[in-house]
Amino acid sequence: MSIASSFSPVDPHHVGHNNLALGMERDTPGHGEGGPAPKNVIVPYGFWIFLLSDIVMFSAFFASFQVLAGDATDAAPHFDLSNVAVETGCLLLSSFLCGIASLCANRRRLFGTEMFLLLAGILGAAFLTLEIREFVGLIQQHQGPADGAYYSAFFALVGCHGLHVTVGLLWLGTMMAQIFAKGFRQEILRRLACFSLFWHALDIVWVAIFSLVYLMRFAP
Amino acid sequence: MSQRENSNEGEREGDVGPGLELEGREDTARGLRSYLTGFALAVGLTAASFWAVRTHAIYGPGVSIALITLAIAQMGIHLVFFLHITTGPDNTNNVLALMFGVLIVFLVVFGSLWIMTNLNHNMIPMKMLMDMQR
Repeated sequence: MSIASSFSPVDPHHVGHNNLALGMERDTPGHGEGGPAPKNVIVPYGFWIFLLSDIVMFSAFFASFQVLAGDATDAAPHFDLSNVAVETGCLLLSSFLCGIASLCANRRRLFGTEMFLLLAGILGAAFLTLEIREFVGLIQQHQGPADGAYYSAFFALVGCHGLHVTVGLLWLGTMMAQIFAKGFRQEILRRLACFSLFWHALDIVWVAIFSLVYLMRFAP
Repeated sequence: MSQRENSNEGEREGDVGPGLELEGREDTARGLRSYLTGFALAVGLTAASFWAVRTHAIYGPGVSIALITLAIAQMGIHLVFFLHITTGPDNTNNVLALMFGVLIVFLVVFGSLWIMTNLNHNMIPMKMLMDMQR
């Protein structure tokens, strides 16, 4: 297709709008002549933008942690790696089960959806319990957030992720109640899709945390 | 049935949102395969990360590079198999947003590290500073 061959009053800047009116095939996917994109595309997309901005916020915490951790190698606490491994397993399995729940929801299976969401929630709660236990242990050893730059950065970063998981658990509970009470209506399915994105994104942040915060301590 | 038609109506256009799946029986099977593959790969990469810090098989200074590589690989696995971000034309918007996010993350993290290392390098060593203040 010759793009700049002629000036057209219908599509003066050749952005692909109204290609059908010009008698050409449309070459840009889904824009222009079909009206705005449907809601079950726009809502998860908007939530995707929010998640990316959330990850940008986490990157600032990561940057400050890296800067402060590089300066304080002598003050590093002795992390329990097996505890971190169990936490990682809980969160990963929870994310996986949340995905299975959304597959069940696509097939409109009420019992399966609720069951897998419940299992994902239990594993998320187990993760949170382990994390809080670790935090309490550190604070008791006078390695709390007020005991030096390293610990401030550590608690800000890992605590912020823990806070996200807490909010996610609350959301998961309300999602289960909404699905139970209202059934698989379109807006409920959109909310479930957004929750599922949120839960998977938290797992991505945790991958960065266990690699860069915990395991990096043990790298020679 | 009407819900089925509604959602097909939604997929008529050329874009899909992130994490969206289709709803047929074979689509569910494909979705399950995708989640299982992603889970298996993620478990493998996590295990490899934990193995990398315990083993002595890797050259010492290389361990941190291995950790970063494994972490980035695992994030990619999560994006592809759990969040269903693909390279297809219907995913262009999702990928563009992701790329912009990744750009900002790299600017923030590496920019901070670069500037702070440089400042640290140019600063008088802390011990000398303390001696001067005596």
